[in-house]
Amino acid sequence: MAELLSLHEAIDRFVGDGDCVALEGFTHLIPTAAAHEIIRQGKKDLTLVRMTPDLVYDLLIGAGCARKLVFSWGGNPGVGSLHRLRDAVEKQWPQPLEIEEHSHADLANAYVAGASGLPFAVLRAYLGSDLPKVNPMIRFIECPFTGETLAAVPSVRPDVTVIHAQKADRKGNVLIQGILGVQKEAALAARRCIVTVEEIVDELDAPMNACVLPTWALTAVCRVPGGAHPSYAHGYYERDNRFYQQWDPIARDRDTFNAWIDEFIRGSEDFSAFQAKLAAQQEANR
Amino acid sequence: MSYSTNEMMTVAASRRLGNGSVCFVGIGLPSKAANLARLTHAPDVVLIYESGPIGAKPSALPLSIGDGELAETADSVVPTSEIFRYWLQGGRIDVGFLGAAQVDRYGNINTTVIGDYHQPKVRLPGAGGAPEIAGSAKQVLIILKQSHRTFVDRLAFITSVGFGEGGDHRQQLGLPGNGPVGIITDLCIMEPEAGTHEFVVTSLHPGVTREQVIENTGWAIRFAAELGETAPPTATELEALRALEARTAAAHGQSGGDE
Repeated sequence: MAELLSLHEAIDRFVGDGDCVALEGFTHLIPTAAAHEIIRQGKKDLTLVRMTPDLVYDLLIGAGCARKLVFSWGGNPGVGSLHRLRDAVEKQWPQPLEIEEHSHADLANAYVAGASGLPFAVLRAYLGSDLPKVNPMIRFIECPFTGETLAAVPSVRPDVTVIHAQKADRKGNVLIQGILGVQKEAALAARRCIVTVEEIVDELDAPMNACVLPTWALTAVCRVPGGAHPSYAHGYYERDNRFYQQWDPIARDRDTFNAWIDEFIRGSEDFSAFQAKLAAQQEANR
Repeated sequence: MSYSTNEMMTVAASRRLGNGSVCFVGIGLPSKAANLARLTHAPDVVLIYESGPIGAKPSALPLSIGDGELAETADSVVPTSEIFRYWLQGGRIDVGFLGAAQVDRYGNINTTVIGDYHQPKVRLPGAGGAPEIAGSAKQVLIILKQSHRTFVDRLAFITSVGFGEGGDHRQQLGLPGNGPVGIITDLCIMEPEAGTHEFVVTSLHPGVTREQVIENTGWAIRFAAELGETAPPTATELEALRALEARTAAAHGQSGGDE
């Protein structure tokens, strides 16, 4: 059964230095609040897995929490580059970052294999691409039935996965709606799974065939309203496109970035204090 | 009506998408052209985005590949793993519509890195869904602005395969789809030459000269014997495109997707 915990306690107890961590959410329901708490608690040497690193991993990489990144598309959607990711790859700042680079189809399959308890995923991919030349974890096997050459990649099995969802009931059953990405697969592939939710309700009222993660498959559920900002939570709030644009100059410069996380993340007790601080700044700039 | 070279590019690309075809759409320019097709000559085109929406019909262009409106207007929303496993790898995509940072004469695409992989001059976003879309879609369309920096003699990195080293190399590699059938730029349309599969200019946009295309291509670009001229955008096409961009600006506060 999942425990209903504060995000502080969940990250403290279930994310350890050196862990392999997946914060998933495909442009929707990105667990930003959990990344902030990981930075606040100064977790380090993490192997970060995520199809689209997005702002959430730009933060963790720039804050010095990451040793390695496993990913398949690293940009700021609709804006441009992830400057902290690029600085780490191009100039080893604030520390060297090992990268293991895949394609979306590959990582999606690798999560499915992880959730399926299999050691590797098999897919039709990478013939003629240079990616297998720079990523030794991409290999090829021969189909035992047809002889076709297929790609094989190790399954993703994180120590801990963190996802964000719309709601949970008081037992900790979680309902996810809208764009699902690989949240379900990432949750079931992990040894431990933390879910942050917009609200905790008496009854989920989940439609038949809805994506429900049962409480007994999860480790902790934390109520963090707005916890997916600046991405969106379908039915609760929209994507904050302006913040994605504002992130570009913040992340572009090392000093500006450091000052920003010192003030807004390390200088806030929790995510609601961060939200209040950000809202006050946005109001002042209006 | 007067029009910009970017508008010509988007309109020319949108015309290549047949009504009723099933299209796997990349974010940015491909998404703009695909939605213009849906709003003009191809109302029954099925747009699939890698985040999970099948049959999306957004009124404004999405800024991210997983905007909420894509889900709300879709016939069905499925997990991302299912998109790649059942719908793409399963062979159900007619057209893969891709952007690129760089292409070469055989329609291979680089979206990974400029310079050495381990000590890059410029680190690009990476593969995303493109390698398997380029591999498994029955046909591929590529749209990007033309310059000698984007149309290069030799790619620093092949992220997604077009015709590999040309000739029957793609077939030898065993890729199931037929590969790229058109590269649409702000200057012209290129198509693969029979046999060599080298991309040659088959249609110049109105007012564009051969010299301009040669200057903006990093290899010795060739022109088809029967070189056509692209029909200029019609009033209907331009009005639909501009209305779509206006709705996008109103919805997001930014135009979304020229890059």
